[in-house]
Amino acid sequence: MKFGVAVYPGSNCDYDTYYVIRDILKKEVEFVDYRESSIEKFDCIVVPGGFSFGDYLRPGAIASHTPLTNALKEFAEKGKFVIGICNGFQILTEAHLLPGALLPNNHGRFVCKHQYLKVENDKTPFTKRLSKSQVIKLPIAHHDGNYFVDEETLKKMEEKGQIILRYCDKDGNVNENTNPNGSISNIAGVCNEKFNVFGLMPHPERACEPLLGSSDGLNLLLSLIE
Amino acid sequence: MLIKFYIKPRKGVLDPQGRAVSESLKSLGFSDVKDVKVGKYIEVYIENKDKEKAIEEAKEMAKKALVNDLIEDYEFEVVE
Repeated sequence: MKFGVAVYPGSNCDYDTYYVIRDILKKEVEFVDYRESSIEKFDCIVVPGGFSFGDYLRPGAIASHTPLTNALKEFAEKGKFVIGICNGFQILTEAHLLPGALLPNNHGRFVCKHQYLKVENDKTPFTKRLSKSQVIKLPIAHHDGNYFVDEETLKKMEEKGQIILRYCDKDGNVNENTNPNGSISNIAGVCNEKFNVFGLMPHPERACEPLLGSSDGLNLLLSLIE
Repeated sequence: MLIKFYIKPRKGVLDPQGRAVSESLKSLGFSDVKDVKVGKYIEVYIENKDKEKAIEEAKEMAKKALVNDLIEDYEFEVVE
């Protein structure tokens, strides 16, 4: 499986992601410039975190109509894999590759901490190494992670199992007190209807070695390559 | 010609900035403040001199880039 890591002006988790794929997953990986539009050789493109184009206009808005992001639409249409992490998730919602939008955190502050997450669907290519209701721990670091989607779309997403991760406490309780940013239904990660595009606010690439406090992120990435 | 875009959080969508400003105004003694919305103002200068065409273009700009209609409402005016 050949990976690409998208690089926009202002991406800042690109090298972390590249490092994890190359040195820990031991898979072939290349950086992909945002002006690039021929990406046929890749099987999975990871859109990393950061502040693409300075978060100007809205987070992810300007990155969502660059040649690379436009090419990602056809790429995803073909059933290839796309993962958007943090700002990458914002880019994928702005590009309509995923439903919803990410609003500023409800408390108005940047949030940066380890966060417990409950696995809601373990039948996706991204979560098959995990089990339903399993609690994992990943770092979050964002100002605009407040997931929003209209009620009707949310209902459809719930029915289809598109909600992948929810913010919870260490015992798996999902409620207002375990919600770090005001996201609707505590949503931390979602898939598209075809389950080949996955977006999440937490950073799995920052949790792939025990030295960093958690290696739970590795299970998400390993799910895909198995 | 100039297109002026006024963008604000959509009704029912949380606006932490608006809430903070509202609290701040109240603390200054403006007790009649009911609600505050903080949005964006964008000026787009265009070469085109045809107002009808400019209106169409403004709508396209909003749809394709300037506004996310899931979370934002907007108005615009074209000034000659």
